[in-house]
Amino acid sequence: MTLSNETIKQRLIEKFEGQVIGFDEPYGMLTFEAPKELNLKVLQFLFDDNELKFRFLTDLQAVHYPNQPGRELAVVYHLHNLIDNVRIRFKVFTGIIQPEIFTATNLFSSANWMERETYDFYGVNFVGHPNLIRILNADEMDYFPMRKEYPLEEQTRIDKDDEMFGRG
Amino acid sequence: MVDQHIKLPEGSIEKQTTTLNLGPTHPATHGVFQNILELDGERIVSARQTVGYIHRAFEKIAERRPLYQITPLTDRLNYCSSPINNMGWHITCEKLLGLSLPKRVDYLRVIIMELARISDHLICNSIVGVDTGAYTGFLYVMQYRELIYEIYEEVCGSRLTTNIGRIGGFERNFTNTAFEKLEKFLKEYPDVLREFENLFTRNRIFMERTMGVGPISADRALNYGFTGPNLRAAGVDYDVRVHTPYSSYEDFDFIIPVGTTGDCYDRYLVRDQEMWQSLHIIEQAYKKVKEFKGTEAEVYHADVPEYYLPDKKDVYTKMEALIWHFKIIMGEIDIPPGEVYSSVEGGNGELGFYLISDGGRTPYRLHFRRPCFVYYQAFEELVKGSMLSDAVIVLSSLNLIAGEMDG
Repeated sequence: MTLSNETIKQRLIEKFEGQVIGFDEPYGMLTFEAPKELNLKVLQFLFDDNELKFRFLTDLQAVHYPNQPGRELAVVYHLHNLIDNVRIRFKVFTGIIQPEIFTATNLFSSANWMERETYDFYGVNFVGHPNLIRILNADEMDYFPMRKEYPLEEQTRIDKDDEMFGRG
Repeated sequence: MVDQHIKLPEGSIEKQTTTLNLGPTHPATHGVFQNILELDGERIVSARQTVGYIHRAFEKIAERRPLYQITPLTDRLNYCSSPINNMGWHITCEKLLGLSLPKRVDYLRVIIMELARISDHLICNSIVGVDTGAYTGFLYVMQYRELIYEIYEEVCGSRLTTNIGRIGGFERNFTNTAFEKLEKFLKEYPDVLREFENLFTRNRIFMERTMGVGPISADRALNYGFTGPNLRAAGVDYDVRVHTPYSSYEDFDFIIPVGTTGDCYDRYLVRDQEMWQSLHIIEQAYKKVKEFKGTEAEVYHADVPEYYLPDKKDVYTKMEALIWHFKIIMGEIDIPPGEVYSSVEGGNGELGFYLISDGGRTPYRLHFRRPCFVYYQAFEELVKGSMLSDAVIVLSSLNLIAGEMDG
């Protein structure tokens, strides 16, 4: 029996009584979000449930939306049920002042470095992570470079002295 | 007897283990990464990995680039099989744009992707050989990697970082030379691979160095997010080409080889068998490509003027083409808003692209799911308790590529 997006949706609504919201299916992948306090509960339910069996964490990353006060950072989980071959996307939003969400490392060993990467670039503080330090950037860095307040250099800027770059 | 112990200052504790820095090594070996091993004699007690030496902030750079300029960034992820990365990126864009491609383009892509897989696995397996002390095989098969690179050169003009293809197809049709070289490859390569197998597969030294080294169970491998040959060596038949077919892979008949123990020897065998399967796929694809007749045999891209750069000849002679050329080059095409995840079976496993567009001209967010980065964290679990020399073989048999790890 194949698992349909509708079934997953019904099971989640049933279990979490309307706390899991924002169901959507962009390009066929079921997407939903939950309050950040519930992220582990939802992941655990998806993992343990005999019908859902989302036991493979494909990817974990964050997105920064500076124009959404109170929910600037989204942590996105891509989960895969390898038996029925269904993928889902699960989002958790958090404010940027205190970006704390629970770690998924106890459930997925693979989340360890993925969460470190997310912390490194977005400053999401994964509560309970065994070793939450920077992974790709230099240790002494004191900002989170993928946030939108650090734009890349404007390509049309004219205040640069081209001679310094051998293009004079 | 003379007491050889150095007198330690009072109150200090004598350390029983040795710390050894394995790396950072020269980029020409496995790439730049470091392992801090804690050794008890020659046994590994713990390993701590450091990555990020060649982090190039691709995800950040991509936020300021139009789609077609992101392709060269993907080259530099797993540079042993960059065509697969390029195609993966094009397929992601095409999924976002809702394009469907002519069958011939799909088949040509499959040929290129499978060639890339062969060259990737060839490097990995022969490097495992080098690390166990057999250098001959490595040099011998390099000739045929060279031939694969020549085919890339015929198709796109470059060899290692290929930037091959465009959104919607290829930048030019395959030339006759490309097909001749492909035929030469299909004819000669099986013998080479067989000879390569003779050197390694039942070689006693090789077997003793790799069997039981760095094993992982299927459960742990899944939990660690393993994909690709490393996961299949542990006995899980997960392959993106079969589970989520892209580029018409469903039209081909092939087997997914799986191992049982997930050790270095199984990883070697799985890669070896995958090369045979890739050959098999290329043969089928080439046959299908040859079946196209007349104008169909000339098709090498889909009709998407908004994203596919027009022929230079047309740019100089046709108004329409000139306008599109200008708009594409200046990055003035708005990407439709959407959120898409698409993945391909890269040389090392599931290479995923998570692309969010807010309707602007560049992606709002792009994340690469880099298989190497995900499974390298299992390294400590793989080598704990084994010998120092095993650590080196595990490194090479996981096919760690720093470019892919650091993104």
